[in-house]
Amino acid sequence: MATRRPPLYGVHSDRGAGFTDFGGWEMPVEFDSIRAEHTAVREAAGIFEVSHMGEIRVEGPDAETLMQRLTTNDIASMDVGDAQYACITDEDGVIHDDTMTYRLPEGGYLFVPNAGHDEDAEERWVDYRDDHDLDATVTNETEDWAMFAVQGPDAIGLAADAVEDIGAPLEGDDIADLTRFTATEATVAGADCLVARTGYTGEDGVEVLCATDDAEAVWAAFDCQPCGLGSRDTLRMEQGLLLSGQDFHPDENPRTPYEAGVGFTVDLDTEFVGRDALAAQKEAGVEESFTGLVLQERGVARHGYEITHDGEPVGEVTSGTMSPTLGEPIALGYLPTDIAEDGTEVGVVIRGEEKRAAVTTPPFIQ
Amino acid sequence: MSFDVPDDRQYLASHEWATTDEPIRIGISDFAQDELGDVVFVELPDEGDTISHDEPFGVVESIKAVSDIYAPVSGEVVAVNETLHDQPELVNEDPYGDGWLLEIEPSDESEFEELMDADEYEAQIA
Repeated sequence: MATRRPPLYGVHSDRGAGFTDFGGWEMPVEFDSIRAEHTAVREAAGIFEVSHMGEIRVEGPDAETLMQRLTTNDIASMDVGDAQYACITDEDGVIHDDTMTYRLPEGGYLFVPNAGHDEDAEERWVDYRDDHDLDATVTNETEDWAMFAVQGPDAIGLAADAVEDIGAPLEGDDIADLTRFTATEATVAGADCLVARTGYTGEDGVEVLCATDDAEAVWAAFDCQPCGLGSRDTLRMEQGLLLSGQDFHPDENPRTPYEAGVGFTVDLDTEFVGRDALAAQKEAGVEESFTGLVLQERGVARHGYEITHDGEPVGEVTSGTMSPTLGEPIALGYLPTDIAEDGTEVGVVIRGEEKRAAVTTPPFIQ
Repeated sequence: MSFDVPDDRQYLASHEWATTDEPIRIGISDFAQDELGDVVFVELPDEGDTISHDEPFGVVESIKAVSDIYAPVSGEVVAVNETLHDQPELVNEDPYGDGWLLEIEPSDESEFEELMDADEYEAQIA
């Protein structure tokens, strides 16, 4: 598969960014340093290009039904402009991807699968629609959209400076009136955008979607630290936020929303693929749970490292790093539910040596 | 981007350097620290341990990667840069100075002939 490049690849390259392959996309990983970018987001603001995220538009009379059946959350509860986080599960309740859905002012929905998942999602939606004779159009618009995340305590102020006119459904003249998990039409640098008060860092901020042709002007309208995927990863890990394909994977590490700590995305009163399996698991309880670790010794726990308890292997690290905010090594992973409790002493095997760690329910920072 | 390559030392293809005047110090190059990014942890042998030419003797962990470090020349470790325990970022800030890793007593002077000089190493990373 050919590598895909985000609209501003050349802009980032000129700015001196280093790049990495992620989900089939050649993305900026670092502009200055991961630590500097991380700190900017925690203390001021940073901007990320996240155009590797997919965009699928779903429209038509049965759009709501189609979205409801293929995501775990309650689509029918969404008002125009709402943004809703959900999982995409199979019949066994196993997460294939997690996604944000926007109910669009012009009608229909736009949902955002993770990098490299857009074609799978499109196929899943089209197949389900056709198998159930639903009247909806499903369009993969990933190549048409640029997406940026502006995150940090100063992000809303920056957004207020950048946004010119606010359209439906917010209207008015102050983007700060946009509430968490809602989105609105707005213009930035003369370009039509969808501005959402969402993010993946634990900080306040916005995510901005615009046409790829407008990407450069919209990017330039936010005057703050450019950030790469490196700091995006350390920021989300400090919050204990899941990374699709790494903290869960349908084949390599099949997990349900209850195991992955995102049971809040599951509404069992709705009808969706995986509902019955999840209802049964909720009744029975989960054997393993997603949680966090803080290492008590020096070293960095990384994806795939073994976790031990009383000398016995009990799990694997799914994500780990040195927390730039805490200055301590942190990790995420699944543990048997009975030991996934704050303070449990466990070990992480780093290059053959067992390092002491304490179970710590994320987020690691408040 | 250009990287600092001082000509008072010699280089291994895997981006480690060794000084040629006593005491023989070992570290990683400016290019290597930039590739790794923010160094957060360095794992080094103890004084009295021996290291072998072109064999890994420790690891450098940055936020994004873990990387083995290879010995430019063989010898006995006579000093370890203990400052790096608390300030691993010195490897980024001053890779040829305060960010040095080990001092060794070389066991085979002829191994220096297998290393690159600054011009050759600069050509490799260009």
